[in-house]
Amino acid sequence: MSAPASDPLAPGRGGLDLPLFETRFARVALGLFLVALFCLPPFASAYWLDVLCRIGIAIIGAMGLNLLTGYTGQISLGNAAFLAVGGYTTAALAGRFELPLFVVLLLSGAVAAVTGMLFGIPSLRLRGLYLAMATLAAHFIVIFIASHWDSVTGGVNGVAVPSAHLFGFALEDDRHLFYLIYPVAVLLLFFARNLFRTRPGRAFIAIRDQDISAAVMGIDVFRFKLLSFGISSFYVGVAGSLLAYQARLISPENFPVTLAIDYLGMIIVGGLGSVLGSILGACVITLLPELLRLSSSSLAGHYPGLVELFASVKMGVFGLTIILVLVFEPAGLAARWHSLWNWRKLPPGSVPKRSTQ
Amino acid sequence: MEYFLQLTLNGLVVGGIYGLVALGFVIIYKSSGILNFAQGEFLMLGAYVCLAIMTEARVPFAAAFVLTLLFSIALGLLLERLLLRPLLGEPIISVIMVTLGLSSVLKAVVQGIWGTDTRPFPPIFPIEPVMLGPLPVSQGYLWSLACVAVLLVVLTLFFRRTRLGLAMRATAYSQQVALSMGISVRHIFALAWSIAAVVSAAGGMLLGAMRGGVDGSLAFYGLKVIPVVILGGLDSIAGAIVGGLVIGVLENLSGGYLDPLLGGGVKDVAPFVVLVLILMVRPQGLFGTAHARRA
Repeated sequence: MSAPASDPLAPGRGGLDLPLFETRFARVALGLFLVALFCLPPFASAYWLDVLCRIGIAIIGAMGLNLLTGYTGQISLGNAAFLAVGGYTTAALAGRFELPLFVVLLLSGAVAAVTGMLFGIPSLRLRGLYLAMATLAAHFIVIFIASHWDSVTGGVNGVAVPSAHLFGFALEDDRHLFYLIYPVAVLLLFFARNLFRTRPGRAFIAIRDQDISAAVMGIDVFRFKLLSFGISSFYVGVAGSLLAYQARLISPENFPVTLAIDYLGMIIVGGLGSVLGSILGACVITLLPELLRLSSSSLAGHYPGLVELFASVKMGVFGLTIILVLVFEPAGLAARWHSLWNWRKLPPGSVPKRSTQ
Repeated sequence: MEYFLQLTLNGLVVGGIYGLVALGFVIIYKSSGILNFAQGEFLMLGAYVCLAIMTEARVPFAAAFVLTLLFSIALGLLLERLLLRPLLGEPIISVIMVTLGLSSVLKAVVQGIWGTDTRPFPPIFPIEPVMLGPLPVSQGYLWSLACVAVLLVVLTLFFRRTRLGLAMRATAYSQQVALSMGISVRHIFALAWSIAAVVSAAGGMLLGAMRGGVDGSLAFYGLKVIPVVILGGLDSIAGAIVGGLVIGVLENLSGGYLDPLLGGGVKDVAPFVVLVLILMVRPQGLFGTAHARRA
């Protein structure tokens, strides 16, 4: 397993402490970036607000998957299913019982986590890649239930989700939802970043790198795998809940198995085992089809056939992106970012080092 | 009773094809530890290439079948060289992700060349059914079962009787030992990918001929293979075949009897319910090795 670029245990990092921020400069830069980000919505068009909200949701989901796959070394193909669980829980709790927003968010995450563990328990007891297959099963079973349990999920027609209410204020459109999605995302990202300074977080990394050694060191491998899967599914469930609030109508069609693959694509392109990687990957994979759409509609005048081909071009570019990243930069964009970030400290004329360890 | 027999027979025919595709999956897993999520796309590509050869070059099905198998060998070798060799030594997770990327690319290529509409497959087998006892059976089914059986015999002979087959089994058993005996593990990987592509393409062509048309939904068979290999045992070739037949019969029976009660779609979900149950009670599957696998 390739270690993340900011490996906490790398030599020369002054021991075991992984600071939340590497330098004061990084902290200030991040702060300024967040301020700029939160000033953005009033100026953005409805189209870009929609894209921004979807990116925010994708960041949460990708972070969740990265906790499991990047940090603990288990593959899940069930992301779309757990998004669906989160989304449908939100539809039921907010629609029927009119629970307050934060209760709904937490419960959606919790229900997704429980569902995840239900499928995870048999496979996580085994060594190897069984979780990938169990979660694929979870996907088909969850979608089957979603399309048949008409009274709760509305079956194939889907179910409407009421708009989110916060302190008596209705979050009607993307401009408002932005201020729900991004604070939640920032909170969850900080939690994830901090997690790897704690005992369970270190245990996850140990299991990923060598599960037998981890067991020898006294880590209960099964328990921590399950914990990682639970936290991961919680993140995905929260993302699903936000997705439901944004989409306002969810049906099984919102959660195809290709969505799960998109999420895996995000963490690969961004970088396995990296918080920054989850963010970058979510941005790239969400923006890619939008940019393709924009460029294909501007080229459509010259090549009328292009619009029909759009779906396959999108899929092809997605697949190629994954393959090229894995072949040429297996540690993902985050590693590239770190090597550029460190480059400014090197003497002029140096070449950024490929940081794939 | 007749309904039951009909469903069972349909299940056996489809199950035979599942078995073939699962065989490819197991061979790759055994030799390199990789789960190949592009197996279904190999199947789809095989069906489309065969159709293209038949309609463009106007050759009979049998010739197109063989040509497609040759194409698949080349495809397997090419993919191994382009994608898998650069990733030797990278974590298994990365390699599995490459197969996911590959599945998107192959799907895009097929859609880009042949579009998304169902393309009719020219009738290959005589249409009038044969009476098998009381049961009318389409000849296509029988031919398909026969093809699967022949391929299985050929592959079994290959693994049992040839030096190369022995080398593959040795590599699957232990890469270290195989290397020290002078076996080129790289070549074995390439061969494994070729065989996987070949058996999937064969499955795809038979499916295309039986269904009378090919479309993107063929790729879904790649995911169906996963319950099959879990049931049969991830590292068992015999298990892949038996698992394929069992899952094929099971999904047809459950679909046939439960669909009216549950409102459709049971066929597609039943294999995955089996998958979860198998993981709970017998995770190594029917024929898999049961060495200490508990984490």
